[in-house]
Amino acid sequence: MNSILVNYEYCTGCRSCELACRNELGLTAGQSGIVITEVGPIEFNADIGLAGEPYDWVYMPVLTRACNLCETRSQQGKLPSCVQSCQAWCMYFGEPQKLVTKIDGKTRWALLGK
Amino acid sequence: MADYNEYLASFDHAAYHEGEWQWQEGEFTVTRTTHWSPPGCHMGCGVLLYTKDNKLHKVEGDPLNSVASGKLCVRCLAMPEATNHPDRLKYPLKRAGQRGEDKWERISWDEALDTIAERVLSIKKDYGSECIVVVHGTGRNIGWQVPYFASACMQTPNVSTFGFGGFACYLPRMIGTSAKYGDMIIVDASQAHPNRYAAKDWQVPGVILIWGNEPIKSNADGFLGHWLVQCVQMGSKVICVDPRLTWWGVRSDYWLPVRPGTDAILAMAMLNVIVAEELYDHDFVDCWTYGFEVMAERVANKTPEWAEPLCEVSADKIRGAARLIATSSSCACQWGLAFEQQIAALGVTETVADIMAITANIDNPGGNSLFRCAYLIEKRYGLGDDYIDKDVYARKLIAPVSGINESRIVSCADSDAILACLETGEPYEIQMFWIQSSNALACASMDPARTYNALMKVPFIVVADPFMTPTAQALADIVLPVAMSCERNSCRTWWTPVRTMVKVTDYYEAKSDEWIVLQLGKRVKPEYWPWEDDKEFANWYLTDQLAPGGTLYQRTWKDTVENPGTDCCNGIEYWDWDATYHKYAKGMLRPDGEIGFNTPTKRIELWSFGYDRWGVDPLPFHVEPPESPLSTPQTFKDFPLVLSGGGRSFEFFHSEHRQLPTMREFHPDPLIMVNPSDCEKYGVKDGQWIWMENSRGARCKQKVKSTIEVLPGRVHAEHGWWFPEQDGAAPNYYGTYESNLNNMTQAFRTGQGGIGNPIKSMLCKIYPVQDSDVLPHDIIAKNGDFASYEPGQPYPYIEEPVVTTIN
Ligand code: SF4
Ligand code: SF4
Repeated sequence: MNSILVNYEYCTGCRSCELACRNELGLTAGQSGIVITEVGPIEFNADIGLAGEPYDWVYMPVLTRACNLCETRSQQGKLPSCVQSCQAWCMYFGEPQKLVTKIDGKTRWALLGK
Repeated sequence: MADYNEYLASFDHAAYHEGEWQWQEGEFTVTRTTHWSPPGCHMGCGVLLYTKDNKLHKVEGDPLNSVASGKLCVRCLAMPEATNHPDRLKYPLKRAGQRGEDKWERISWDEALDTIAERVLSIKKDYGSECIVVVHGTGRNIGWQVPYFASACMQTPNVSTFGFGGFACYLPRMIGTSAKYGDMIIVDASQAHPNRYAAKDWQVPGVILIWGNEPIKSNADGFLGHWLVQCVQMGSKVICVDPRLTWWGVRSDYWLPVRPGTDAILAMAMLNVIVAEELYDHDFVDCWTYGFEVMAERVANKTPEWAEPLCEVSADKIRGAARLIATSSSCACQWGLAFEQQIAALGVTETVADIMAITANIDNPGGNSLFRCAYLIEKRYGLGDDYIDKDVYARKLIAPVSGINESRIVSCADSDAILACLETGEPYEIQMFWIQSSNALACASMDPARTYNALMKVPFIVVADPFMTPTAQALADIVLPVAMSCERNSCRTWWTPVRTMVKVTDYYEAKSDEWIVLQLGKRVKPEYWPWEDDKEFANWYLTDQLAPGGTLYQRTWKDTVENPGTDCCNGIEYWDWDATYHKYAKGMLRPDGEIGFNTPTKRIELWSFGYDRWGVDPLPFHVEPPESPLSTPQTFKDFPLVLSGGGRSFEFFHSEHRQLPTMREFHPDPLIMVNPSDCEKYGVKDGQWIWMENSRGARCKQKVKSTIEVLPGRVHAEHGWWFPEQDGAAPNYYGTYESNLNNMTQAFRTGQGGIGNPIKSMLCKIYPVQDSDVLPHDIIAKNGDFASYEPGQPYPYIEEPVVTTIN
């Protein structure tokens, strides 16, 4: 059983994963196996201990029920469509136990799976 | 992605048919090729095209192509929506009614080409070939093809990306750095190395300086913005100079939200810090630069405290950012269009170029590489200039006084000079416009009403485009249907690698730009068009050109399409020269083979001889926008918001893609960003359509996005909007004037040397749209424009600027 690890600190909100998945699953407008959510931009006016600018603005892909983790593609040795197309290069596919070792304690990550 | 090799090991290369250029996958034929456009952009990413029965069904990124490694924008992922779009032009058309009536008659290619050829020959004979103007869009499949066509078929020197004055797109940065460095700089994100981020001699940039662009959305000038997202994941810090808060500003050590149009002030203050605190690289300055002392003197009083009230960035931040630039292992400067979409274009270019030079961030790993076009195949302009009669060439339309034109560093004609010629009929009456892949009315023209009125005087206009655009609808006498990228054989050598494109489908009678210029070339000047077809033409460009002994490139077009390159996949070939660092110390830059830079002094010229020859200040300078809080304080009272334009988004490339359902699903309307406090202050709401209006009464409407991406007192709007779903006939022209920010920009206001235009630094007021408001197209149809002007002259000043040059 494989999962998708997202280093969402770096997601740029380009929505390529949404469309690549829509193509893969043959879905139409408004539907995909993965959908981007947006948080921010937020300006913090209390000191939250950041070295750089006091802002946050992140995106996070969420799997919908349509996602089948690209079973057929992965059997063929291909990357899931969303992972392959991810322009920010912030998605990883593989065994969850291996994937989580990437979590670095500095940037933000989320494991997507079922 | 922290590890490129790990990525390459994470999938089965055989599943992606490594080494093959075409194969069968179930019912689909899959082709490995590269894509720029139309539709798309000018990037050239690797794609896998899935076709069946002469139709494109699906596009995937090619993980084995190291340009983009399988990553693709939504624009390429939705390519079948464009290639199979029902509104595409299928056949050549001839106008059946008056211009603007939307009445067209299908004609054959033979009739179209014969009619055009006949007209061209008679204009040449009766008026002279300079009376033909050739216009092309941004550098894509028309980058080398159309300038060659202008020279070798039309034999006119008047070829240009007509519409925007002051060469306000990339050219100023190119000529500025060519003068000072002898070459151009491009951020080194490892893109010259076939094994990319794993290349041994590459280093991740210490700090990335994003200045005046949002590269992940614009992918400008052959540079893929997401490359830098990889660098950030590999450890690069970020400094972002942008009035807008972007992905970069949020992730930066310093976000410097400069007042639009005052980047040169900020840059001079940074230079001041680096010089005053002796943070520059003393060895590099000693060995490789010229004019350090005079430059240092110029910026000696340009302290951060001096700059703060002018550019509205705190002195502390300026100082901090300057120190970070100078003390990082390297600084990669990703500069953008904002540099020339301001009147201080050459000033800010030279100042930032100086910062990179004295911190030794030139041609260093993870810094700023001196790139040339692959295998020196770069003669995009001027390639066929010898085919133009010398007397005709002398009648090229250029600005009346400009050392830049005299030095011939700019080979295209000047847009403002063309507009003046159209409006005044001097020095001659233009008889024909050939417009290829340019939607001047919706996109490039400042301002569109003036352009429209001027072009209506031209007796014969041909437009070649994949779709019926506002420009074609309003102005064309003949419209030619242009093929999309999967329907053409082509190649490019913009930076590196060399890239080829191969035809896998047809669409009715749409033809490639190459096919069109070749067929017309053969009819008009057969001796200069000896090639059988587009493949031979591409092959000639890559391997032969006019150089004795051919070019440096050893492979044919066909070989490049079909076979893998050295350490890379099919369809591309890298060039070692671009991947070599410190070329100046290796004698690689100068024709005489000596070490040093390709400038008169062999050094980087901090005091620039080139600038001086052009009549431009050879040391850092700023010019205040013609309307700004400082230069026109009275106007500022009534028009209290600083307006920037030209914002990009993932869904669109300039005026393209507006007819694609997915792009409009993701991005239905043009958006103007307004700070929530300004929404409150000016009584406008998120999601509401509002007017932005300037001092001459010119206006356009967009939808409010209430956001802290812009600071109070500043608004930011999008460009390139038209509405293919609306009525195309006059006077609406697909709504091309309604949301067009260019209603408010203006021709004939350029910076020193005739370079730069204050597009991103205007003043406006905003207010809600009411149902009863007269629409821009009605005003233009009735009055010709929002304000009056003398032919060939700028609009008169509403208020004479009180502040101009600051140096
Ligand atoms: S793994 Fe496949 S099915 Fe799931 S979201 Fe990604 S592309 Fe869609
Ligand atoms: S940058 Fe985007 S639109 Fe341009 S070629 Fe690459 S994927 Fe296509």
